[in-house]
Amino acid sequence: MEILTRVYAHKLVDWAKDRPEVVVLSADLTSSVEVDIFRDTYPERFFSMGVAEQNMLSFAGGLAREGFTPYVHTFAVFIYRRAYDQVAVSVAYPNLPVRMVGFLPGILSPGGATHQAIEDISVMRSLPNMTILECGDATDVESVLDVAQAVNGPVYIRALRGEIPRLFPAAEPMLLGKARTLTRGSDLVLLSSGICTEEAMRVLPALQAQGLSIRHLHISTLKPFDDPEIMDHIARSRYGVITMENHSVIGGLGTIIAEKMAEAGIGKKLVRIGLQDTFVHGASKNYLMKEYGLDALALVRAVEGMVKTNLGINEQNLASAFSAAVHSEAKADAL
Amino acid sequence: MSEKQSALSQDKVNQVARGIRRRVLEHTIKNNGGYLSQACSSAEILAALYLNVLRLGPVDSPIVPARFPGVPGPNNLNYFTGANYNGPKSSEYDRFFLSPSQYSLVLYAALIEVGRMAETGLDEFNQDGGVVEMIGAEHSPGMEIMSGSLGQGISQAAGIAMARKLRKESGRAVLFLSDGECQSGQFWEAVQAMAFHKLDNILAYVDINGYQCDGKMTTVMNIEPFDQRLEAFGARVFRIDGHDVAALTRLGQLEADGRPTFILCDTDPCRGLPILERLVPKLHYVRFSSQEDKQGYLAALEQLFREEGR
Repeated sequence: MEILTRVYAHKLVDWAKDRPEVVVLSADLTSSVEVDIFRDTYPERFFSMGVAEQNMLSFAGGLAREGFTPYVHTFAVFIYRRAYDQVAVSVAYPNLPVRMVGFLPGILSPGGATHQAIEDISVMRSLPNMTILECGDATDVESVLDVAQAVNGPVYIRALRGEIPRLFPAAEPMLLGKARTLTRGSDLVLLSSGICTEEAMRVLPALQAQGLSIRHLHISTLKPFDDPEIMDHIARSRYGVITMENHSVIGGLGTIIAEKMAEAGIGKKLVRIGLQDTFVHGASKNYLMKEYGLDALALVRAVEGMVKTNLGINEQNLASAFSAAVHSEAKADAL
Repeated sequence: MSEKQSALSQDKVNQVARGIRRRVLEHTIKNNGGYLSQACSSAEILAALYLNVLRLGPVDSPIVPARFPGVPGPNNLNYFTGANYNGPKSSEYDRFFLSPSQYSLVLYAALIEVGRMAETGLDEFNQDGGVVEMIGAEHSPGMEIMSGSLGQGISQAAGIAMARKLRKESGRAVLFLSDGECQSGQFWEAVQAMAFHKLDNILAYVDINGYQCDGKMTTVMNIEPFDQRLEAFGARVFRIDGHDVAALTRLGQLEADGRPTFILCDTDPCRGLPILERLVPKLHYVRFSSQEDKQGYLAALEQLFREEGR
């Protein structure tokens, strides 16, 4: 598997070269959110805003009103928890093209409960005018800027940083409102987002080896969510649908699918893999994914529950996953 | 400006200020309540801003408020803001931002007095489906940002000031603030960012009437010494009598010096309406306690009409 380093940092600089309307705001996490090269390349378009997220979000709204496209960067958790009123009033209500780039979503942060955005999709999804995107690999990160920039209104992005795998062909960019089809099948529909897609991909060959036919889709647009094909696939599936997300099961992908299925009158079973209405604490990604049931084996158990069969799959049957060292060279600061 | 011209201009400002008080009182009586003390404290500030400080383009004729265009969104092509009451946008013109939307009625009255809104506009005040809202929003006359959630106005204005700097525009971002909102953390975040990024194209007038919803500010949450706190944050600060039209005017003409400018206006929330003094310290929103009480306000209104010579 190809592993890329600091994809966002380099892409943003290249991408913004001929886009003078793009300005970058940062709240004292400039290296940690990979906008340090942008700062050094275009200092006149970079604004350091300090640990003052409320002002940063409203300030970005002011810039957007004047025709600039502010890209606001910090950890995902600080955007919506520290400045929610500002996001709602200064950005979302006026439908301004502010792009909020949130890094270390969910359990990706080893910084503990204060740093882990576990209900950001739930909160941001409730805001009218908001578009929500989530990256699952290097190709998503490379193409998310084009997707966001084309949106007429505010966009919240769950971004990835540091060393990240390329799961999808480089020539197949993220598309707004379009799921990526990873495998085709009719027994089960599996919908995964963010880093959970890589976990799901590890286990797919073992499940298929057991004779299961699975339609695996990677979801990168969480709002708007209006791809009718997904509901068709769920309606035609033999057992139902599993959602898998690096987020609380309340308000995220699992909830979105539950709402859509109910509205469409689809009476299939839905199993939601994600944080089961719990806060998390500070630890490594691999530990937290296993401990809180977001990993490949959690998916195996969910499938077994659905097909009511012990599939006999264990860790040895799974493809290996990429795992960056906690203190990898691609990471600038402690977090 | 000669001494005679200056005196004439001050007379005009005082006349508009009297008109603001009278119109807000009229509407408070009509609606059985209103933000009246805000008009008393800020009438000279808004009158001086519109007549002597703000560099605004003209409006062809007093604007009649349109109906609410729906909330903004990607599919609302009919959406508008209330910025057109302040004339066309242009690089050399100032932009005006009312931060405490609770002062909306005062702003509407000022717009009528200076010929930017039709007198009938106030008939729409607080009417369902209209834009002349009690706590106005960006679609309301004279407004163009969302400022009802206190503390957010200054940050949005700072973003706009930054954009104007980037585009090398000479027009300023002129902001009207009230003292209560300066208790918020976001206000101070904004001041530190404005000083740090040298946004000297921001001119902020603060109405320090000393009262907020819960009562006297020093009993709710003290912000004094406000001038020294702002100076310590890197702002250029002046503190004046907020009813002194000459001072309000003069400080609106200063050359930029690398710092955001704050003009702290100490004001009297009962100015021109001594009947309000009996409500101290609960001045934030005036209601009538009885028919007799209301009669007192009607008598005060007649007095204001007489002062205006109407």
